Amino acid sequence: MTAALQITKLVKAFGGLQVTRGVDLSVAPGERHLLIGPNGAGKTTLFNLIAGDIGADSGSISVFGRDVSRASTAARAQLGVARTFQIVTLFGNDTLLHNVQLALLGKSPLRWRPWGSLSAEHALIERAHAALAAVGLAHKAHLSLQQTSYGEKRRLEIAMALAQDPQLLLLDEPLAGLSAEERDTIHTLLGNIDRSVTILMIEHDMEFALAFADRITLLHYGEVITAGTRAEVVDDPRTREIYLGH
Amino acid sequence: MKDGGKFVVKWAALTLLILVLATLPLWAGRDYAINIGSQVLIAALFALSLNLLVGYAGLTSLGHAGFLGMAAYTSAWLMLQLQWGQLPAAALALGITTAMAALFGLIALRASGVGFLMITLAFGQILWGIAYRWAGVTGGDNGLSGILRPAPFGIDLNDASHFYCFVLLVFLIVWAMIAVWVRSPFGASIRGTRDQPRRMRTLGYNVWLIRWITFTASGFVGAVAGLMYGYYQQFISPHSLSLANSAEMLLMVIAGGPGTLLGPVVGAALVVLLKNVASGYVDRWITLLGCVFLLIVLFVPNGIVPGVAQLWQRLRARRAAVTSSTSRSAVEAP
Repeated sequence: MTAALQITKLVKAFGGLQVTRGVDLSVAPGERHLLIGPNGAGKTTLFNLIAGDIGADSGSISVFGRDVSRASTAARAQLGVARTFQIVTLFGNDTLLHNVQLALLGKSPLRWRPWGSLSAEHALIERAHAALAAVGLAHKAHLSLQQTSYGEKRRLEIAMALAQDPQLLLLDEPLAGLSAEERDTIHTLLGNIDRSVTILMIEHDMEFALAFADRITLLHYGEVITAGTRAEVVDDPRTREIYLGH
Repeated sequence: MKDGGKFVVKWAALTLLILVLATLPLWAGRDYAINIGSQVLIAALFALSLNLLVGYAGLTSLGHAGFLGMAAYTSAWLMLQLQWGQLPAAALALGITTAMAALFGLIALRASGVGFLMITLAFGQILWGIAYRWAGVTGGDNGLSGILRPAPFGIDLNDASHFYCFVLLVFLIVWAMIAVWVRSPFGASIRGTRDQPRRMRTLGYNVWLIRWITFTASGFVGAVAGLMYGYYQQFISPHSLSLANSAEMLLMVIAGGPGTLLGPVVGAALVVLLKNVASGYVDRWITLLGCVFLLIVLFVPNGIVPGVAQLWQRLRARRAAVTSSTSRSAVEAP
């Protein structure tokens, strides 16, 4: 079976600092794969390499069998790679609805149309409302982003990513900075995502992450230390030594 | 209902503004005032072109006068040296300037922020240098004079009122085209690349291409302004594509309100009026202009149009609060 994501001997250095050292990673279609490691392990850099924000020095990245190593970020998005950011990255002066509309527009040929108005695109608006409803934000659609809480912004990021019908979803610390109640909401939300979407996630909340993940990869100083099922990785003494600490 | 009311008010205000502008030759009286009206419209056209870059795409350029000068020089040279008619000369000037903008965009858009600013500055200076030094073609410091105004349908545009109406027509067409463009889905994409380029890439947008198209379109509108400028002055010199001219246009956009449709027009009116009217009364009118910009930056940092809109909203909110408290008191009173 073709892997949803296949990374082979990926190398990236910033000057003298080696941030990924020959990383190999394979994620099966529909899998929930957790990427763990201490701060500075290179997890977010690996996400940036997969999304195409930065280019690798060597190695390859394939998404559902297509080599995307040289593809731009936009081209990868068009192939079904969507992501959320560790630091919320949204359109702060616009409404929640407009944020999701932009996400939908990104994968529609409509984005090149130099006439008409977004507010007249009823099909797009309906889909945007549906995406917001899926994360429980339908009632806030017309509010400005400045009038929403941090947890709602996190949910909006997920709504935008899901609105793009992704095949591979990269979630960078989706629970970071959230209250217990907000964590529960996101937990339920992520649990309800269809298995047709493959998820690669970075998360430090081990209680949630371990319950969510099918497989886990431990990264340390840009190297894969161990990878396998939950039990295999958690029981590995190196995981305890490097990351779990007990 | 509330939105419908807003819509009616907006259109009524716009219609009134167009009526006032269209009837200016009737109530302004002297040719001097009508010519200032033409100058405002030409400057507004140019500021609108720069606003596409600065206001909507978030790319600040200091070489934009290059497009104005390029179009004016090309059309003037074709008419004066090759005896071309105004229409083919204008068409080729627009084509060459737009192609040059497209080509230059390929280089300038390799950078953004300060890098983009510096490349555009260099580009403007190169064109200025060519206009200044290539005297055989550009007339050097003396420029090219004797540019003839067109005579569409036999209408003599040497008449101040006729020329004003011609420029107004061109201005309204360009303004309407820009209004449609920035409100379109593509316009939403442009604003998105201004606010969150990284996010836009991850959403599947080709940020570079969106910026390049905007840059090229901005060059085209700048070229239209250049043609009008040449027709108005009937003369073109290296000053038209100087850094000072680019900076002045940038100030118009910033003063009026970047990223708005009316801002550049208001900014252009402010600068042209101060330049022409205030200079008649005050020797140090540039100092006065500087003071006005200082006040704008201090009190309405987003520009005059957004500043006035905010003030209007605040006043409305206050009035609504007063009305609601009065009616509550009336209900509570025995």
